[in-house]
Amino acid sequence: MRFYLQKVTFYVVALWAALTLNFFIPRWLPGNPVDILISKLSAHGAVTPATRHSLELLLGANSKEPLWNQYAGYFDNLVHGNLGVSVTFFPQTVAETISQALPWTIALIGIATLVSFVVGVGLGQLAGWKRGSWLDNFIPVTTMFQAVPYFWLALILLYVFASLLPWFPLNGGYDVYGVTPGLNLPFIGSAVRYGTLPALTIVISSVGGWMLGMRNMMVSTLSEDYILTAEAKGLKPRRIMTAYAARNAVLPSLAGFAISLGFVVAGSIVTETVFSYPGIGSALLQAVQNNDYTLMQGIFLVITLSVLGANMLVDLLYAFIDPRTRVRT
Amino acid sequence: MTSVLAQDPATAALAGKTTGTRQLLPSMTPKLAAGLIVAAAIILFGVLGPFLVQDPTAISNVALSGPTGAHLLGTTQTGQDVLAQLAFATRGSLIIGAVVGALAIVLSAFFGIVGSYAGGWIDESFSLFTNVVLVIPGLPLVIIISSYIPQKSLLLVAGVLAITSWAGGARVLRAITLSLRSRDYVAASKVAGERTWRIVLVEIFPNLVPILASQLVFAIIFAILGEAGLSFLGLGASGSLTWGTMLFYAQNGLALRLGAWWWFIPPGLLIALFGAALSLINFSIDEVVNPKLRDQTRSVRKRWSLTKPQLRPLDKEDVR
Repeated sequence: MRFYLQKVTFYVVALWAALTLNFFIPRWLPGNPVDILISKLSAHGAVTPATRHSLELLLGANSKEPLWNQYAGYFDNLVHGNLGVSVTFFPQTVAETISQALPWTIALIGIATLVSFVVGVGLGQLAGWKRGSWLDNFIPVTTMFQAVPYFWLALILLYVFASLLPWFPLNGGYDVYGVTPGLNLPFIGSAVRYGTLPALTIVISSVGGWMLGMRNMMVSTLSEDYILTAEAKGLKPRRIMTAYAARNAVLPSLAGFAISLGFVVAGSIVTETVFSYPGIGSALLQAVQNNDYTLMQGIFLVITLSVLGANMLVDLLYAFIDPRTRVRT
Repeated sequence: MTSVLAQDPATAALAGKTTGTRQLLPSMTPKLAAGLIVAAAIILFGVLGPFLVQDPTAISNVALSGPTGAHLLGTTQTGQDVLAQLAFATRGSLIIGAVVGALAIVLSAFFGIVGSYAGGWIDESFSLFTNVVLVIPGLPLVIIISSYIPQKSLLLVAGVLAITSWAGGARVLRAITLSLRSRDYVAASKVAGERTWRIVLVEIFPNLVPILASQLVFAIIFAILGEAGLSFLGLGASGSLTWGTMLFYAQNGLALRLGAWWWFIPPGLLIALFGAALSLINFSIDEVVNPKLRDQTRSVRKRWSLTKPQLRPLDKEDVR
């Protein structure tokens, strides 16, 4: 119990450090984002002093307010979910914009990564077990797919399966004219159809990494003494592979899964851009193109939060799976 | 043993060879040969190519022409020579990959291994630092920085990619080191009075070399991919020419819709080929650094119940 308490405390500290960094980044970098935003916002109507104050707290300004007060105000805004107003999607707030985009990203890339992990670890396990088999020799081919840039693969898939063969739509997240978003069958079907090519891109380019990592650890694990013991006991090879070797070999891959899950949101940016997918990546790019600093910082915050959350979850699970990491000497 | 060998100069020479540096080098397998040849060819192209080709920025009237004698890889929509662009782009991308890969591997080895072995507050602070760096997602960070700074040098982009890409590796190394340090043989060497630095470098580090090698390979690949992604979004280093910027211009010039395959296929293909070549080299490295892996290979092979002709080419790979 003490161990888990330690871990949670640790992540609270990490969260604080990340938020603090998020506070300082716009202040360290050159330029005066608040003035740019105010001038853009004033095109939509009068800017109230309250809005201006909120922007200054988020992004920093040459105001006379001491840094410590700005810092406290920044946290006060965060706790109340006040991330400012988006210029790009005016009059929507940043929080609203993100909450619209986030489910798309999580669904698309979450599912794609999960599929890729399960398939990759499964195949890597077999390749490491039967070293030198056709599956093992197939690994270089999959790593080549991994080295293919996401967006390049996406472009080619788009060209072949949407342009040459009109099997899939060219862009978007769902059929905007045909269906209404919500929990109904036509919408889900449409979302699946629109999400297939983006998901396929991610699976194809990432499955090789899981395969290679799992296969390398599998090979190392197979030389452990307990495998020899298991063989000497006359256990079935299948049981040795799954219950003895793979269970231990999968640990580094699981540790890596946390990182990958965190980068899911980050890595989505380029993929989503190619497919004009309505997720967080497209929103970030739009924010950058419009100098929408509040939206940028908000998205940056969400990405940071999701990475921390995923890491904490897997770290706690990892200690449960591998008790050796729990022991402190 | 030594005296027996000394009587026969040929055997002595052979023995000297196998126990010397020879042992540290991978044996030449088809995989390794293919990887080395492809990687070397691409590196050579990146180093020498820029001196041999035409000016990559020169505009001509021959726009969007396919491969011809004058333009071996055709031209872009403004009549620039694709081969010349490719040569300079290769150099740009390789520099990024080398700088970022080297920086990232040093950082992740230091923070991953030293911290987790030392334990206590050092581990906690290193781990905290690693996690904080880990939660700064590289690509969004570089995107945000690029929106503030209009003029970015190639080295600035490489630096940001490096300091945002080592943390993942450090975490994996930490997890494995944590598991390794509680092994019996580490405890035994502690009891035997070995110094801490020796345990870390001699007892634990060799077990991590395959992982480090594969991490270096992936650090280089991910650096090249990360830079390519940034440049593809139009946010790369200003005035640079890399595989990513080539694809950016190809995409903006509607190369795909116009069917100008000679423009958008080569940069992506080179990235993929270079990545695959590095992985192939990596496979061979990891079989050599840990001889246990090879013995394991043989014992596993016995279980495949292959016929002798099938086994022969496999055994050849093992011969030192």
